[in-house]
Amino acid sequence: MSTILECKNLSKSYDKKMALNKINLSLEGGHIIGLLGPNGSGKTTLIKLINGLLQPTEGELYINENPVGVESKKVVSYLPDQTYLEANLKVREVIDYFKDFYEDFDETRAYDMLAKLHINPSDKLKTMSKGTKEKVQLILVMSRRAKLYILDEPIAGVDPAARDYILEVILSNYDEDATILISTHLIADVENILDEVIFLKNGEIVMTSSVDDIREKQGTSIDSLFREVFKC
Amino acid sequence: MPWNLNSDRPIFIQIIEVIQLDIVSGKYAPGDKLPSVRDLAQEAAVNPNTMQKALAELERSGLVFSQRTSGRFITEDTKMIEDLKSSLAKEKIEEFLENMQKLGFKKEETITLMTETLKGEKS
Repeated sequence: MSTILECKNLSKSYDKKMALNKINLSLEGGHIIGLLGPNGSGKTTLIKLINGLLQPTEGELYINENPVGVESKKVVSYLPDQTYLEANLKVREVIDYFKDFYEDFDETRAYDMLAKLHINPSDKLKTMSKGTKEKVQLILVMSRRAKLYILDEPIAGVDPAARDYILEVILSNYDEDATILISTHLIADVENILDEVIFLKNGEIVMTSSVDDIREKQGTSIDSLFREVFKC
Repeated sequence: MPWNLNSDRPIFIQIIEVIQLDIVSGKYAPGDKLPSVRDLAQEAAVNPNTMQKALAELERSGLVFSQRTSGRFITEDTKMIEDLKSSLAKEKIEEFLENMQKLGFKKEETITLMTETLKGEKS
């Protein structure tokens, strides 16, 4: 198995506030990993560092053995927690953008998924509900044949039935040696598709474990364990 | 429709139980080919790695065997399937007896009650 992501003593501080404190992490290909932690634990900071949207204060970060940069961005497909697409565009036009931008974008896949979710490619983004927009963005991100998918809160804005479908989209659209890192608060909804979890607390990794190990050893779901570890 | 899996027990164990039941109940006949790991994972709405682990475990128990190029098959050993069926039945009965005991019934009383219930069903 190849290492897809490696963090060495990775730290990030905003002024004096430590957002991530000496993170050491190594992720292999072929896994679906949950990045879990309460608000302000550093999840989005870590994700932004991986995508080069922030510069680390200290430490190193490698993706597929390359430092963050042009080469790493070719293999990382990122779903941010906010929308960034121009609202006046039609879905079809956004797909054309993505095709231009990313060598690994698979147009057929995107149109297939749109059809399955009954989304009209001629609709403008601004006419869509929040949930539908989120679906479109996820489809765009999952239509790339990337090595590392980073999904920041992929199901937060959609209804429970659509969540099931979105998880199915995630499961059926990644290559076997690709890794998916999902950050979410909706643990109960995603925990059955995860094989590992990373618990972040105050900028530090408090636990990494296989999910079935947790269930076997602690006899509880990831959701309950989370509630226990991060009890307020 | 995703399989009905509970998230406080290891998923791979529950997958094994579902497939065992499918074999015992005849949904899969001896010698039948199992769908691919990916298809099964999608059907169950679980991670393909978890499905893989469950199938590997079933293979180790001999209930499923794999042929290098053509996939995984259900065993043709009907005795093994029968044995599994009996042991699953025994588990269910023990579980039932335990529950009856919790309700305060002795074994003999349980049997009497069961006989009565069965008679009631017939009439």
